[in-house]
Amino acid sequence: MRARRVRAIAWKEFLQVWRDPRSLMIALLMPFIQIMLLGYGVSVDIKHIPTCTFDREDSQRSEALLKRFQASEYFRIVEVESNYAGVTEALDYGRCKLAIVLPATFSQRLTDVGRSEVQAILDATDDNTANVALGYAQSVVAGFSADVELRQSARRGSPLQNTPLALEPRVWFNEDLNSRNFIVPGIVAMVLALVGAQLTSLTIAREWERGTMEVLISTPVTPSELMIGKVLPYFAIGLLDAAFCISLAVFWFEVPFRGTLATLLFTTSLYLVVVLGIGYLISVLIRSQIGASAIALLATLLPTMLLSGYTFPIDQMPWPVQAITYLVPSRYYVTIVKAVFLKGAGLAQLAVPISLLAVYAAVIAFLAARAFHKRLS
Amino acid sequence: MFGRIITLVIKEFLELRRDKWARFRLVVPPLIQMIIFGYAATFEVFGVSTAVLDFDHSQESRELISRFTYSGRFHIVKVAQAEPEINAAIDSGDAVVAIVIHPEFARLLRKGQSAPVQVVVDGTNSNTALISLGYVGEIAAQFAQDYATDLAQRLHGAQGPPAAQVVLEQRPWYNKDFNSRWFFVPGIIAMVILTMLVNLLSFAVVREREVGTLEQIMVTPIRPLEFILGKSIPFFLVGMALVALIVAVGTLWFRIPFVGNPLVLLLGTSLYLLSILGVGLLISTLCQTQQQAFATNFFVVNPMVTLSGFATPISSMPDVLQWLTCVDPVRYYLIIIRGTFVKGVGLAELWPQMAALAILGTGLLAASILRFRKSLD
Repeated sequence: MRARRVRAIAWKEFLQVWRDPRSLMIALLMPFIQIMLLGYGVSVDIKHIPTCTFDREDSQRSEALLKRFQASEYFRIVEVESNYAGVTEALDYGRCKLAIVLPATFSQRLTDVGRSEVQAILDATDDNTANVALGYAQSVVAGFSADVELRQSARRGSPLQNTPLALEPRVWFNEDLNSRNFIVPGIVAMVLALVGAQLTSLTIAREWERGTMEVLISTPVTPSELMIGKVLPYFAIGLLDAAFCISLAVFWFEVPFRGTLATLLFTTSLYLVVVLGIGYLISVLIRSQIGASAIALLATLLPTMLLSGYTFPIDQMPWPVQAITYLVPSRYYVTIVKAVFLKGAGLAQLAVPISLLAVYAAVIAFLAARAFHKRLS
Repeated sequence: MFGRIITLVIKEFLELRRDKWARFRLVVPPLIQMIIFGYAATFEVFGVSTAVLDFDHSQESRELISRFTYSGRFHIVKVAQAEPEINAAIDSGDAVVAIVIHPEFARLLRKGQSAPVQVVVDGTNSNTALISLGYVGEIAAQFAQDYATDLAQRLHGAQGPPAAQVVLEQRPWYNKDFNSRWFFVPGIIAMVILTMLVNLLSFAVVREREVGTLEQIMVTPIRPLEFILGKSIPFFLVGMALVALIVAVGTLWFRIPFVGNPLVLLLGTSLYLLSILGVGLLISTLCQTQQQAFATNFFVVNPMVTLSGFATPISSMPDVLQWLTCVDPVRYYLIIIRGTFVKGVGLAELWPQMAALAILGTGLLAASILRFRKSLD
């Protein structure tokens, strides 16, 4: 292997990216757009749930309860209905996700029987939002109920009964349960999968399509020199993108970073070897650019989005799908990135995912180096 | 004019018939994506890995723990003997939830005092953490209530004076069991079609430009408009067939109920295809090479997915992003497809979305035809 030839190939590949504004854009601007869009757009924290109310009693007490909904930042009262048909319509049209219906006997029953039901009608099409909304509504109602109880027992002069169980929840690693803290580190994995596999997947296919492959084959370059030369510029771009994303995550989104940079740099390089190798392998095997990019998309980006644990927890998937996730390299990297960011994990705690990623990198590099033959057909 | 368009359409289908690989690429990836992602995409929480540390070893503490097991929401993976074991389980990610019962638990309960139960949650995935905490709260509250009634009965022989209570009754509409798959599978249909068609169409046009066959076509009597229609119609038909195929997978394989009117979905789908073909064509007029087309597709398709409300509700996004979602055709189609699948609403409720898609579709197509003329010069 000659360093001079590797350098020549790498320089040529670099110039090709540098002079193609759109490739440059995908390499440099895309990470920015991606992290901003997902950082702000994908928030699993549910707030401002569009809500309508239907108060059949219209008393002081019912109003007091509805005021509590109004004051909560989790609900946004968009409509006040005066009949049941209005409620149905608001949900059918999708203008509201939640309807709070107070019965006509609300305060009367509360005084007489000591118990009143409030109805929460939910648009459960989006089950997750509905579930979370229900939880918030429950706590609003429970707060109101406790207040009523408190006032009643104060009037009666009897001591307040203790709730027999006091839950003391402690949340670790992401203390405020901020979904951004778990989404944003994962974006690094996505950006790298994209830049790495997508850009490299086109490099060899392009040479075939443009007819420059024949020239390349006639030079003394060996297959492994070609691979390393082709991949090196993208490795540099990938590291640059990773650094960029990580700084945005830490300084712009203020995601806590509790691990060490060295751990992150080491694992990121390992992951880059895997995705670049996959991209190169696809590029060698599929000689058309459309085919190569479509396969690369199918093989890297979509699994990273859905099967890596980036948003959807792996342990909730059925076992055949869980088995597939072991083949997805981003699964290991997403685990690592999140642990380094939020848990401050070091090499010792991450030994398992890191070694699996290393095995993956070795296998892919071996396959990629052997895949290319200097033959025309 | 029609003769020439039909000739072009026939030419495209002939190309497809002769390219076995292209046909494979058209049918197999969407099916695989549909099935794997249909299983993977869920925010539901079952069988959360849980560690317990019971210092009390009383009847009461065992009763509480068994309630966690029987709920199906928690899966006890570790019974710890000391605090450090709990910490290690959470640190390593072996357990997501840990429940610690203090030695005084039963004694305090029997005295009618408040007995503390400590819950540690790994907040890395904030959504899972939030939902698990909700279930912990529910189980604890139920236990507390049962215990209080029980205690009152034992002490007073009958139920004590009822405390005033306001309770929330839940009425989830459309998706009574909060089944996550009902929400995601229709969305996945929209995503799969979007990524496939935008890529295929923009690549098909750009390839002609890159290889030089576009110029050959332009010297024939075929006019730009005819060329565009000739390219779009086959993809429209292919898109329709694909939608039919994956809707069949959704209803027959995943058993998602289809309660609406298929004709409404058909209309909505045609309008949706119109807009996404418009997007694909517009991209193709901006690009000279396939690599550029690929990059541009990515820049356009990704935000379309993120902003569509596919996984996270639009109402939780920042205002600026919420405005941007108004020009996203996927947003409207998601409302239509979820509306027809799960909610069973019809044209009366969905006409605003239909109108929005029609406007976006014609606008995009008109813009791409204008741009296409220019890009020929």
